[in-house]
Amino acid sequence: MKGFASFDTVLERLSVGRLWDFPGGVHPAQEKSLSNKEVIKNLPLPEYVYVPIKQHIGVDSELLVTLGDKVLKGQALTASENPYAVPVHASSSGLVTAIGEHPAAHPSGLPEMTVTITLDGKDDAIATQGISQYKEASKHDIISAICNAGISGLGGAGFPTHIKSNTIKPVEFLIINGIECEPYISADDRLMREHAWQIRQGIDILHHLIKPKRVIIAIEDNKPEALETMSIACQQQSEYHVVSVPTKYPAGGERQLIQVLTSREVPSDGLPIDIGCVMYNVGTCFAVADAIIEGKALTQRVVTVTGKAIDKPQNVWAKIGTPVSHLLENSAFDVNKQAYPRIIMGGPMMGFTLASAKIPIVKITNCILAPAAKELPSVEDERGCIRCSACADACPVSLLPQQLFWYSKAKDYDVAQEYDLFDCIECGACAYVCPSEIPLVHYYRQAKGDIRAQLHEKEQAEKARIRFEARQQRLESEKQAREEKHRLAAQARTEALNSNGGGAKDKIAAALARAKAKKSAQLQPSEDSEDSVNDGASVNANKEKLSPSETASATKAESKND
Amino acid sequence: MTATLIALAIVAFIALILGAGLGYASIRFKVQSDPLVEQIDSILPQTQCGQCGYPGCRPYAEAIANGDEINKCPPGGESTIKNLAELMGVEVKPLDGAHGVEAIKKVAFIREDECIGCTKCIQACPVDAIVGAAKQMHTVIIDECTGCDLCVDPCPVDCIDMIPLHESTSNWKWDFSQTQVGDIPVRQSL
Repeated sequence: MKGFASFDTVLERLSVGRLWDFPGGVHPAQEKSLSNKEVIKNLPLPEYVYVPIKQHIGVDSELLVTLGDKVLKGQALTASENPYAVPVHASSSGLVTAIGEHPAAHPSGLPEMTVTITLDGKDDAIATQGISQYKEASKHDIISAICNAGISGLGGAGFPTHIKSNTIKPVEFLIINGIECEPYISADDRLMREHAWQIRQGIDILHHLIKPKRVIIAIEDNKPEALETMSIACQQQSEYHVVSVPTKYPAGGERQLIQVLTSREVPSDGLPIDIGCVMYNVGTCFAVADAIIEGKALTQRVVTVTGKAIDKPQNVWAKIGTPVSHLLENSAFDVNKQAYPRIIMGGPMMGFTLASAKIPIVKITNCILAPAAKELPSVEDERGCIRCSACADACPVSLLPQQLFWYSKAKDYDVAQEYDLFDCIECGACAYVCPSEIPLVHYYRQAKGDIRAQLHEKEQAEKARIRFEARQQRLESEKQAREEKHRLAAQARTEALNSNGGGAKDKIAAALARAKAKKSAQLQPSEDSEDSVNDGASVNANKEKLSPSETASATKAESKND
Repeated sequence: MTATLIALAIVAFIALILGAGLGYASIRFKVQSDPLVEQIDSILPQTQCGQCGYPGCRPYAEAIANGDEINKCPPGGESTIKNLAELMGVEVKPLDGAHGVEAIKKVAFIREDECIGCTKCIQACPVDAIVGAAKQMHTVIIDECTGCDLCVDPCPVDCIDMIPLHESTSNWKWDFSQTQVGDIPVRQSL
């Protein structure tokens, strides 16, 4: 591990613009100029919005609305007491017309619980109240306002912002991520150019909450306009450093950016906070300012709609829950330019192909990419690995992608984990450089999924075992308790029998004697008749009539009497 | 002669000390239960379904430790047999069809409007995954159900179905064979 640069060293190097570097990385064609020239547009309202009730990493919340409810823009649709839950809000006014499953913004395209709102076109907002004097408000109030506004990281991972902000550990660097390193995407770029002041307000609020020693606003050097506007917005704050970072993919990865800025490496099983850093996306800062100063919930975000099959590539303010098809229609999407229908959510490196155009925009969606026929290289069959090790050179985490590939493909997951499979950030740099067209990241994702499923099964099995054993134990103790009860009852009966001075015994004996007498009285007449008739056949018949059970009971009575 | 005796005495003395040491160790470090059984039990899927012919996974683990076949567990399937073979140092065998076939994981589901509240399934469930009371509707806790099938037969009104687990975005695995291959990521144009 490289030396852990001290706070002063980092400051010194920041001031002269000498940053560090992370290993590997690639330089894919940027293609950002397609979409970054025009201001962020407001779109006409869609007919429906589909708001998935969980859009962050964490736990589910409970629904607050029912079918037929009228909702206003900014009205919470879910709530939860759990700190790891983030509410979602109606992104415009209208009627709740369905609550149920709808294809999710997920590579699988599987349905997820979604609230469908039929918009009334008025876009009426719920009354809000911000905390304009946030410096006088308590930390708790600010954090809960951030949580209630439904803010989870807008950069891509969707981690609840209020949890990240509620740190008690000392923070040296609050890092604002304006890198946006993935090709095509220009949403953060436009946001910084047009709303630098509000982003700065958001940074001020986070600064007030976290109290870092310094704030670093990192912007890739391919966005000079954003760099300039952010520098102007932050020039009064001596603690804020707006830093230009050399363009290289994936410099915008959290761990990579920290390494570039501070030379510190986040431990594999740790968090940035462990090395004194906290990072937010610029979009998150913008949303935080909205939430605190105006009390507005997160109901819209900037989305880049781009690709060469789009005639009017642009950045738009998309309401959360807007179906992708609405964005495409309003950006002059030309399906004829595509070899086959294919819409990608996210960028070309880490995004995924959508299963349906009805899939909604969620809080972490930053780009909708519709590539033209020959825009992205055509898919070729994967060929054998030639051990060129280009992937290892490109890997920003210094892993050995080809080893991981072998072991993932062979399903030798233990060894794959020894080669730190779970440190892979799935950036796609290895697959990008692979001359054999091996979709390496696919193998890693599959291996990770299998390993997680195996772990889950193991946990379930352990739980089942514990429950089974608990049940066995319970049954055993119940059985023992029952036997004990029977034994005590039997004991009580014998005692009662003996304590009555033989009275009960006599009664039984008398009853048995009576029974015997009755039996013999019954038998007597029949014996007489046998004698009188004196017929061999009838004797046999009579003996058969005397059923075995009767004989048995008779003998029993006799023996008991003895 | 004396040298021999001394040698014998020394050997006897050493034997005595070592014996005492071993005797002490066998008491001091006594292993309560057979660790092999524990290891086998941890490989078995803990479905507690009894398809192997034993009343639960642990009894089967004990039987395997005593030399029973390793291919009697349909819920565990091939991977369990492989792991058991590795642990026991025996050949991998195909699953014994007499005990059932490997199937996708299912969970029990009670059609609640048909349930008469007889509690028979509750008594049959090996992992206490069914809640309910006499003359009250019963229901299955999905997360606890092992899919063992044991509750289906006792139900007098036949209101229990075994249904495959619902696939959702949280348990979905990135399936290479089903995603549009090559969609992501882009490649370096050479």
